[in-house]
Amino acid sequence: MVGVSPDTIKTEVSKLEGEVPESVVHELRGALLRVSKERAITREQIEQIIEGVKQAYTSAIVEPGEAVGTIAAQSIGEPGTQMTLRTFHYAGVAELNVTLGLPRLIEIIDARKTPSAALMTIYLKEKFAKSKEKAREFAHKIELTTVEDVALQTETDLINMVFIITLDRSRMQRKELTPSKIASTIKDTLNTDVGIDGYKLRIKPSTTTLSELRKLATRVRALPLRGVKGITRVVVKMEDDEYVVHTEGSNFLEILSMPEVDQTRTVTNNIHEIEEVLGIEAARNAIVNEAVKTLEEQGLNVDLRHIMLVADMMCASGEVRQVGRHGVSGEKASVLARASFEITTKHLLDACIHGESDKLDGIIENVIAGQPIPLGTGSVELVMRRGGEGGTK
Amino acid sequence: MMRIPKLIDSIDFCLMSPEDTRKLSVTKIIAADTYDEDGYPIERGLMDTRLGVVDPGLRCRTCGARAGECPGHFGHIELTRPVIHVGYVETIYGCLRATCRNKKCGKILLSEQKLEEFRKQIEDAIKERRKWWEISTQIVRSAAAVEKCPHCGEKQLTIKFEKPTTFIEGKNRLTPSDVRERLENIKEEDLPLLGIDPKVAKPEWMVLTALPVPPVTVRPSITLESGVRSEDDLTHKLVDIIRINQRLAENIEAGAPHLIVEDLWELLQYHVTTYFDNGVSGIPPARHRSGRVLRTLAQRLRGKEGRFRGNLSGKRVDFSARTVVSPDPNISINEIGVPEYVARTLTIPVRVTEHNIEELRNVVRRGTDIYPGSNNVISSEGKRYDLRYADREELANKLEPGFIVERHLKDGDIVLFNRQPSLHRMSIMAHEVRVLPGRTFRLSLSVCPPYNADFDGDEMNVHVPQSEEAQAEASILMRVQEQILSPRFGGPIIGGIQDHITGAYLLTRKGTLLTREQAQQLLASVGKFFDLPKPAKRERGVEYWTGKQIFSMLLPKKLNITFKAKICKNCARCKEEECEIDAYVVIRDGQLQSGVVDARSYKALDRCEILDRIVKDYGTTVAREFLDDVTKLSIAAAVMFGFTTSIDDEDIPPEAKERISEVIEDAKDRVSKLIEVYNAGELEPLPGRSLRETLEMRIMEVLAESRDTAGSIAEKYLGLDNHAVIMARTGARGSMLNLTQMAACVGQQSVRGERLSRGYRKRTLPHYKHEDLGAEARGFISSSYKDGLNPLEFFFHAMGGREGLVDTAVRTAQSGYMQRRLINALQDLRVEYDGTVRDDRGAIIQFKYGEDGVDPARSDNGKAVNVEKIIERVIGG
Repeated sequence: MVGVSPDTIKTEVSKLEGEVPESVVHELRGALLRVSKERAITREQIEQIIEGVKQAYTSAIVEPGEAVGTIAAQSIGEPGTQMTLRTFHYAGVAELNVTLGLPRLIEIIDARKTPSAALMTIYLKEKFAKSKEKAREFAHKIELTTVEDVALQTETDLINMVFIITLDRSRMQRKELTPSKIASTIKDTLNTDVGIDGYKLRIKPSTTTLSELRKLATRVRALPLRGVKGITRVVVKMEDDEYVVHTEGSNFLEILSMPEVDQTRTVTNNIHEIEEVLGIEAARNAIVNEAVKTLEEQGLNVDLRHIMLVADMMCASGEVRQVGRHGVSGEKASVLARASFEITTKHLLDACIHGESDKLDGIIENVIAGQPIPLGTGSVELVMRRGGEGGTK
Repeated sequence: MMRIPKLIDSIDFCLMSPEDTRKLSVTKIIAADTYDEDGYPIERGLMDTRLGVVDPGLRCRTCGARAGECPGHFGHIELTRPVIHVGYVETIYGCLRATCRNKKCGKILLSEQKLEEFRKQIEDAIKERRKWWEISTQIVRSAAAVEKCPHCGEKQLTIKFEKPTTFIEGKNRLTPSDVRERLENIKEEDLPLLGIDPKVAKPEWMVLTALPVPPVTVRPSITLESGVRSEDDLTHKLVDIIRINQRLAENIEAGAPHLIVEDLWELLQYHVTTYFDNGVSGIPPARHRSGRVLRTLAQRLRGKEGRFRGNLSGKRVDFSARTVVSPDPNISINEIGVPEYVARTLTIPVRVTEHNIEELRNVVRRGTDIYPGSNNVISSEGKRYDLRYADREELANKLEPGFIVERHLKDGDIVLFNRQPSLHRMSIMAHEVRVLPGRTFRLSLSVCPPYNADFDGDEMNVHVPQSEEAQAEASILMRVQEQILSPRFGGPIIGGIQDHITGAYLLTRKGTLLTREQAQQLLASVGKFFDLPKPAKRERGVEYWTGKQIFSMLLPKKLNITFKAKICKNCARCKEEECEIDAYVVIRDGQLQSGVVDARSYKALDRCEILDRIVKDYGTTVAREFLDDVTKLSIAAAVMFGFTTSIDDEDIPPEAKERISEVIEDAKDRVSKLIEVYNAGELEPLPGRSLRETLEMRIMEVLAESRDTAGSIAEKYLGLDNHAVIMARTGARGSMLNLTQMAACVGQQSVRGERLSRGYRKRTLPHYKHEDLGAEARGFISSSYKDGLNPLEFFFHAMGGREGLVDTAVRTAQSGYMQRRLINALQDLRVEYDGTVRDDRGAIIQFKYGEDGVDPARSDNGKAVNVEKIIERVIGG
C-alpha cells in the first residue's frame, strides 16, 4: 500500500485552517508528516483523522453563557491556599532574591507599581553574549556603584567640619574609577569643595553647620558614580550556550536603549515598566508570563486560559488596572456591585448625587434583587408555544 | 396558576428633597417617647402605629394590615435648624470652595471659557457613557485655588473643613444655615460641573431640614424574657434627635442666649451625624447606656455581616440540613447517604396527578413520623395542612389532582451537597439521595478531594432543590460524575485515593496469582457478575488468574494506552515491557498487559491516565462506573492480601545506621571546617553576597546533601516489600522523604528559609556558646523520628513546626481575600453566542475565549485537541 505524499498531507490539512485553531492545524501537520515517514498513510485515513480533529475541536468549544470569569477566578484562587508564603532563593541563580508563591501572585494581581523584588533578565546581542569578558564588562557597566560601595571608611571631622572618605584601592580598580574622577563627580553634582589627598577625599560643605554636614554626608554616600539607576546587583550566568545577565533592580527603559542588549528577549518582572515602555499588549503578556511562572514554580497546574482572562480583564481599559477596589471592581458600571464589594456607603451616597441608574445587568445586582442571574441557564429564556398553533406568547 | 413574577429592570438613585421627605411621611413625629404606661404606642411618637406594626395583634393605621404583612411606612421629623448630612460633607466642601462667596454671584470660580470647555468634556463623557462626574474633581481642584472671582471680582476667603461637619471661612464658623444658603446660590447649569446631576439632586438637599423616620419594621423592639422592652439602636438615636430638636426649639422660642442655641444646634448635628454613621472620625461614637457602641444606619450596611454582604449577596435558606460526614466505601460517587431523621424533615413538593394519587395517599397516611411519609399537604386552593395536626386519613381521601404533597426525601432524589470553604465550583455538587440509618451524611471516598473533606469531624450541608426545573438543572449540570474533570486544568479531580491506590497496586503487581475462589471473591465485591477469562496458569490441576486479568475486567473494551507508572525510576534507557519493577503500563483492547496500576493511573489530582482517558473517550457514566467498581475492587484486594504499616516498617539494619551516622558526622566536620575557614577570613564570597551569607549558604548545602545521602542509604534497605514504601512509591500516601526522616535523619530545621538563629543573644539556646555556628547549635537534627529526638532537637523541631502553623493561618486569610477580589472582578464575564467574552456592559474582554474558544474542562489537559490520540486511533498504535 502506498501512502500519500507529504504535499497532499499539507494541502489536506490546510483545509482545516479557519475551522480549528492554528496551533492545532500546525500540530496535526507536524504529527502527520512525522508519522508518514515511518509508515504509509492512505488518503482515507487522512480524511478520517481530519474529521476526527474537527469533531474533537467542536466538542471542546465553550458553551455560550458559560461563567468563564468565575471559573477563572476560582481556578486561580483555589490553589492559593496551597502556596508557600516565603521568599526563597531563585532556583537558577542562587545569588538573587525573588518573591515567590502567594505574595508574588497577589503582587501581580494588585498591579503594584514596583514589585518587592524587581528583577531583570538581560540577553545580549550575539557579539557580547558569547564572550565571557564582554558580558562581564557589560555587567560592570550597568551595575550601580555609589560612593559608599568604593569607600573603605567614611568619617565626619567635626573640628574642621569636613567629611572624609577613604577609598578602597582594589574595589576602585575593579570598577575602573580613580579618586580624581570621583572627586569631580562629587564636585559637579553637589557643588562642594573636594580636596584630594591620595585615596582620601575631603569634602567641605558650603555652610558650616552640623546639620548641613550630616546631610551632605548621606548625600555623598548615596551618590551614584556609574551604572544604571535602579540596578543594584548584577550576576552573569551561562545559559544555553550564551551569557545572560541577571540583575536585581530594574530599569527597563535605560537597559533597552543600550546597544549591547538584545531588545527582543530582554525582560523585567516589573509590569508597569513594561506597560510604559512597550505598551498595554506587552503588559498583558507580562502579566500572563509572570503569573504562569509563579504558579508553575509552586507545582500548581492551572490552565493558561484562566490566567489570560484575568490579564485581559486587567488590561481591557487600555491601562493596567488592579484587581480590587482601586481598579476593576471599583470601576464597575453597577452601583450595587460596587457597594457590595467594599466601601458600601460611599458608593451608595455618591450614586444619588450623580443620579446613577443601576441597570441590573450584572450578577450580584440580580442576586441582591433575588432574580435569575444572566449566566448559564439564566441567560436564556424559553417560550412555550401551546398547542402547536404558533401561540401568541 | 403560577404568578408571573415581577422583574426589576433598573434601580435609579437620587437625592431626597425635604418635600419628598414630607410627602413620603405618614406623620410628623414630635414625641420622644415610645410607649405609654399601658405599653401602647404613643400617638406621634416613634412607635406610632401609622408607621407600621411589629407586635402581633395590632393593625397598621395606614394600610390596615397586620404585623408581618404591613411593609411599614415612613414618618418624619421637622428639624428646628438645618443640619449637614455627614455622607456629603466632602461634596459640600467641594461646592463651597469651587463657587463664589458673593451671595449675588455664586458662580464657579473659573472663566466662562474654561467652564465651557469642561461642559463639553462632560457632555462627551455622558454620550460615551463614561463616568462624567470624575471630571468634577479636576474642576473643584482648580476652582478652589482661585483667589478672586473672575465673574464678579469678589475676593475669596479660604474655607477650612474640620472633621466631621464644621466649615470655617476665614475666622468665622459657617453654620449649616449659611452653608445651605451658599448651596442654594449655585446656578443650576453649574451643577454638572460639580458632579451633581440637576435632574435628581439639588446641592442644598445635602443639608437636611426634614429627617425621615424609618418604619418600625426597620427597627423592631424586642421583648426580653423578663418582659422588659428593649429598643433598637436606631430608635435610641431617634429619641436623642427628637429630644434635642425640641429643646432647641424651646430655647429659641424663649429667646435664649446665642451661645446656648449654638451649642444645642451643634448637639443636634452630632446626633444626626451619628444616626447616619456612628463611625466617622473626629467625633466620639455614640454609645448605649451600657457603654456599647451603637449600630446605626451606615454600620447596618457595611462590612461582612452588613446588609449587603451578609443579607443581600448571601441569604439564609430553607430546605437545608447540616451534619457530620463519614465515609461509606460502598456507595457510588454520585450518591450521598442521608440519615432517615434528615430525610423525614426535608421535603420535596409533588403535585398530585392521576398517576401518583394512590401512592401519595399512602404517603399522606403515613404522616410525619413514619419514614416514607410527608409533612404538609397543600390543596388546590392553596390551603396548607400540617400533617402533624391534621386528620391524615381524611386528608388522604380528600386528595385529588392539583393538590401538592410535601413528601419526605427518598432514594434517588437530587440534592446539593456542599462543604465550606466553597473555593471552586466542585465545592457544591449534586448527589442522589440514599436514605441510610445513622446520624451522619455518608459520602464516597473518591469525592473527598473536590470537597477537600476528611472525617475528623467535618460537617457538610445539604440543600434540596424544590422545583422540577431546579432538580433537572442540578442533575444535568451539577451531578458529581459531570464534575470529574476539573475546569482548572482539564484533568480528573475525582479519583482514587490512599487505599484505592495501594489496593490496585497489590492486585496488579507481578506475581499476584489468584485461585478461582479468590478471583470470584474479589469480583463479587464489585457487586456485578463477570465470567472469568481463561486462567493464566494451571499448576497441579489448580487454575490461577493474575491480578492484572481481574483488573482488566473493569476496563472498557477497546481501551488502548501506554504510559509510565508512578513507581517508575526514570531510568536513562527505558526497558519498556521488560521493566523489572513493572512500571511500564500497557493497555491493549481493554487488557492490562503489563505494568502496575498506581497513582498515575487513577489517583485524584494526579496525572490519572486511565481515568482521564475513560472520561474523555467513553463519557462520564462509564467513568463513574469504572471508578465505583475499581475502588471497591481495590479495597477488597487490600483486605484480601492484608495491608498495614507500623513502626517496624522503618527498621534499618545496624550497618546502615552506622553508615548514616558516619555521613552525618562527616557533614558536621565539614561544617566546622567551613566555619574555621570563615573565621580565618579565607572564605571566598559568592558574587553579590556577604561573607556571612555565603557561609550560611555553603553550610545549608552541606547539611542538605548529608541528609539526602543518609536518606538514600536508608532507602536501599527499604524495598517494595515494605508496606510504608509501597504507599510512598505508588503515590498512595506519604513520600520517601517522610520515610527517611523516620528511619534515617530528620535534617535541618528552618525559620524563614534560614537556619535557626534566634532565641538568646548570639545563640539559639543557653546550651551553646555565643556565636556557635555549628550544625547542632543552629537546628540540625541528626536523629531520626524513630530513634527519637533529644530535648534540644525537640525544641528546634517545635520552632520549625510553629512557623508552619503560623504560615497556614496567614495564608488562608491572604488567599481568601485574593480570591474574593478575583471573583468580584471577573464574575460578570461570560461567553456570548459569537464566542467573545464580554462583561455586564457588553464590553469585549476577549474576542475569542482563551484565544481558541476551548473550554478547559473539555480540553485534553489544556490542549484543544489531542492530535496524537486521534492519529493513533485511526492508524493504530
